[in-house]
Amino acid sequence: MMDNRTLIAKRVAQEFKNGDIVNLGIGIPTLVADYISRTINVTLHSENGFVGVGSAIHAEDSDLTNAGGQLTTILAGGSTFDSAMSFAIIRGGHLDATVLGALEVDQEGNLANWMVPNKIVPGMGGAMDLVVGAKRVIVAMEHVGKGGTRKILKKCTLPLTACREVDLIITDYCVFEVTEQGLILKELAPNVSLQTVREFTEADYSISPDVKEMRVSDEVVLGC
Amino acid sequence: MSKVISIDQALDYAKDSSVIMIGGFLGTGTPEILVDALLSRGYKNLTIIGNDTGYPERGIGKLIVNHQVRKAIVSHVGTNPETGRQMHTKELEVELVPQGTLIERIRSGGAGLGGVLTPTGVGTVIAEGKPTITVEGRLFLLEKPLRAEIAFVKADKADTQGNLIFRRSARNFNPIIATAADIVIVEVRNILSVGELDPDEIMLPGLFVDYLVQGE
Repeated sequence: MMDNRTLIAKRVAQEFKNGDIVNLGIGIPTLVADYISRTINVTLHSENGFVGVGSAIHAEDSDLTNAGGQLTTILAGGSTFDSAMSFAIIRGGHLDATVLGALEVDQEGNLANWMVPNKIVPGMGGAMDLVVGAKRVIVAMEHVGKGGTRKILKKCTLPLTACREVDLIITDYCVFEVTEQGLILKELAPNVSLQTVREFTEADYSISPDVKEMRVSDEVVLGC
Repeated sequence: MSKVISIDQALDYAKDSSVIMIGGFLGTGTPEILVDALLSRGYKNLTIIGNDTGYPERGIGKLIVNHQVRKAIVSHVGTNPETGRQMHTKELEVELVPQGTLIERIRSGGAGLGGVLTPTGVGTVIAEGKPTITVEGRLFLLEKPLRAEIAFVKADKADTQGNLIFRRSARNFNPIIATAADIVIVEVRNILSVGELDPDEIMLPGLFVDYLVQGE
């Protein structure tokens, strides 16, 4: 049995190709690491200062933590550096992709994921740099917010993380590609109807003529 | 001449209202002995510049909990609920800066530059009130340099001249803040004799370092 977060993480993992350097954000994006195909070599970047993020199992070196502050390990071939180098990698276009969660994303590719005024103000950390700098920006999130709120909007209402930088939106309902012409629905999750996507998506979008079912693995996928 | 001093001597360089940069990323690479000494001295109205405000019981967060900080210039406060509470009650002013912008502002402060041009934050609230400059068709924000009176740095190894080696992800902001403060004090795990470090291994030249204190 697969929960919705696992479904999203597995689908995101299919976006990478051999040799990619990728930064994974906190939450669902972190899960993606577990589902990257063993037939390709993908290097994970951690913005606090290293590439070659390994497994957190058996991690015990207090000088080695991930961007969420948890102990982790570094793989053979990995390297460490200071924060200026880390963000030169990020801003300089040396990351093939970054995967982040979102509070809101809109049909122009704008992203809001760092604050809700007067409520949650955690700060942007490295998110603004990641979204501006990475070659591809993939938003990975549950399609519907708490209380049934819609998160894929015509126009973001929360303070933006960056303008027009999102390339792909992967949710437990579907996959949207962000293009110059707007959003295109490319895939539908198993047991999710076009009508359900319409109901829980405020943004305008077109439906790709060859819209497919989202395929992640042979495991059973729970319906939504 | 050895740069090693006691913790007590080190803390004499700080005072009420000091502007202090502190290394670390969510506590990893934070010089906790120096932070604890700041706590016991009880200096007030500090301006703290660092990546984040850590956790209530770890890193820069302890200074927030102890009400010693008037202003924090950081990229993230989400792991310390007390920072959020003091922001809300206006006891604490927090300037949130994108992490890559923050480190480049500090780097430019230490490198004699008039700031940096970054695409990060264009079209967001971060851009409000900042000059923008178009270079080769792309829009950039001018972000000004940051400096401090004191930097508290943590390193893994040093020689007595202050040449430094950092370890794993504990490096983060540490070597950069060491370039951008008037007085640089480093908490070091292993203090070695001059000549024991290979010049090619040294990550930060000792010329940036004023004093060393023995760490754990």
